[in-house]
Amino acid sequence: MSSVAAPRRVRGPSAFGGGLRRTLYLTWIIGLTEYRLTYFGSALGYLWALMRPLMLFGVLYVVFSKIVKFGDDIVNYPMLLLFNIVLFNFFADASTRAVTSLVDREAIVRKMHFPGMVIPFARVLSGGMNLAVSLVAVFIFLLAYGINPRWTWLLLPLLLVPLVLLTLAVAMLLSALFVRFRDVAPIWAVISSALFYGSPVLYAIDKVPEDYRQVLMLVNPLADILEQGRRWVIDPNAEGAIAAAGGGAWILVPVALGLGVLALAVWVFNHEAPRIAERL
Amino acid sequence: MNGRATAVGVAGVSKTFRIPRQHIMSLKERALHPFKRVQVTDLHALKDVSFEIEQGEFFGIAGRNGSGKSTLLKCMAGVYRVDQGEITVAGRLVPFIELGVGFNQEMTALDNVVINGVMMGMSPREAQRRFHAVVGFAELEGFLDLKLKNYSSGMQVRLAFALMVQADADVLLIDEVLAVGDAAFQQKCFDAFHDLRERGKTVVLVTHDMQMVERFCQRAMLLDHGVVADIGDPPSVARRYLELNFEEAGEAEVTAARPGDLSHGVAIGDVWVEGQDGRRADSVGQGDPLVIRAEIESLAHIDDPEVGVTIHDESGAVVFGTTTRELGREEEPFQRGDRLSLRIALRNDLRPARYYVDCGVHEGTHRVAAFRPRATDFLVFGNRAQSGLVALEHTFELERQSDRTEAATTP
Repeated sequence: MSSVAAPRRVRGPSAFGGGLRRTLYLTWIIGLTEYRLTYFGSALGYLWALMRPLMLFGVLYVVFSKIVKFGDDIVNYPMLLLFNIVLFNFFADASTRAVTSLVDREAIVRKMHFPGMVIPFARVLSGGMNLAVSLVAVFIFLLAYGINPRWTWLLLPLLLVPLVLLTLAVAMLLSALFVRFRDVAPIWAVISSALFYGSPVLYAIDKVPEDYRQVLMLVNPLADILEQGRRWVIDPNAEGAIAAAGGGAWILVPVALGLGVLALAVWVFNHEAPRIAERL
Repeated sequence: MNGRATAVGVAGVSKTFRIPRQHIMSLKERALHPFKRVQVTDLHALKDVSFEIEQGEFFGIAGRNGSGKSTLLKCMAGVYRVDQGEITVAGRLVPFIELGVGFNQEMTALDNVVINGVMMGMSPREAQRRFHAVVGFAELEGFLDLKLKNYSSGMQVRLAFALMVQADADVLLIDEVLAVGDAAFQQKCFDAFHDLRERGKTVVLVTHDMQMVERFCQRAMLLDHGVVADIGDPPSVARRYLELNFEEAGEAEVTAARPGDLSHGVAIGDVWVEGQDGRRADSVGQGDPLVIRAEIESLAHIDDPEVGVTIHDESGAVVFGTTTRELGREEEPFQRGDRLSLRIALRNDLRPARYYVDCGVHEGTHRVAAFRPRATDFLVFGNRAQSGLVALEHTFELERQSDRTEAATTP
């Protein structure tokens, strides 16, 4: 007879329960599966991960660069547009797909002991895989466009970490709330398109009238991430997040805001997790 | 109960679901009526449930639909959080609430084995290593490149089951999953469970099928309306289960001719055995014709009746059973006042011993209309002494392949 393990208490479902390793394995395997299935069955397969942002870029480029001549006085405008779209798309796509994730994955959530946050995290992870592929393409385009590589390109992870954290926070918050309030899906659809126009994706931050510029930089952490990206990757003479936010300590406001959303998301998810399986 | 270690301990567990009258609340309702309490119905799924399962035990949890058995299972598996009480598990518990959790139809067997393995708590590498053992057990070696959606449902079940057996759990929690698959597959499953038990693993089977509990479990528990109604050896739990079904049926006219007899809508009268000469007999010779007779009277309208008998020995092991439904016969509904005469003729291939005959009538597949355990008994005599439950007719040849006899007889 095998030796008897010491009895352990069954704790029931929670946001993080089941151990860190298991959480990571699960996130990885589910995220990978979702990624592999995203473009499954389409003729171009993974190429769509590149084609989609490129095609969206193409449309916006024609509209804003050729028709309304919007970006003429922005340095490297086409490349800024491409870069911004890829980053923003990751955020919007991953968070939107995360909203319904717990409900979509009901079959698993109700049948296995599960660290609940794995599900929204996996959605963000599969979005992250798309982002990685797209970013490789973006940098190839940057070089082809004639932008010289700079050492600040190496700072890209410093942009991606807050972007991913913010996306994870939103994903956790929305997926947990959606189980209770199905209104979350349409509300988020509106908010994310508001964020698209409320962040310097189509424009550069210095296009925003002085009066609003600082407010925008303080209330929308995405604006800071994109503006800092512009300075590090596209145009070294751009203002950068710190200056645009009002200089010095002002930058701590959007940082605190982002961390606040993250803390709120963790709290909400942790609070909801034990009952998610019952409410689905 | 020889003082083995406890594998699963459930102590004072209660679970209540608050079910809102209108399930999904919209934000608008919340905004318009911020102080209105949502009307909820409390559903007490489990009420102060306590029991222990020993290591290496094959334990059955039975109960009708809505008795709380699935809730209990989900609490044990950690899918639901208990409101009160405590559940402890020694070692790794793997639940099988569904075969093939996380199976993805668009992916190959390998991908699915890895995904499922990780769900059960392995690392991707471990799960991958187990792949060959799994497909070997599932007998699917020739189909590894196929996507799951191209598998027949039987193949999928085999794959899922193989994963379950190979999951290396200390405690297996199984919920009715075996209802799928044919009898041969079920047998293979249970062989596998017995094998696991031999290795000191604990198996917990949750089902509403009392027959399964009697066949495979060493100990069983009956849940009814969220409380433990009975716990003990499977036959007595099975009896309690039947009783509960009758109590529920309301105006049960239990004609207790003998304790244990049940009658609801149908009365089973005389049951007897006839021997070779067509007369009532207490004993029947081995190899002789054996006829089981019974008189049945219908006290009400019975739709889709099924009449059957089982023969079992002193220990309760069922030696033989047959019913109209198993023979593929569809009986006309019984009308009130119908009298029926049952005659089952077979050749007596039983081993010398005392045997008992149970007789029963079902309405549909689940409702018991009448049941008479040990309605009659008979003795089998003969001298074809061999081991086993039955004395099957057979020939026995044993030839010497060498020519020693020849050498001995040749001068």
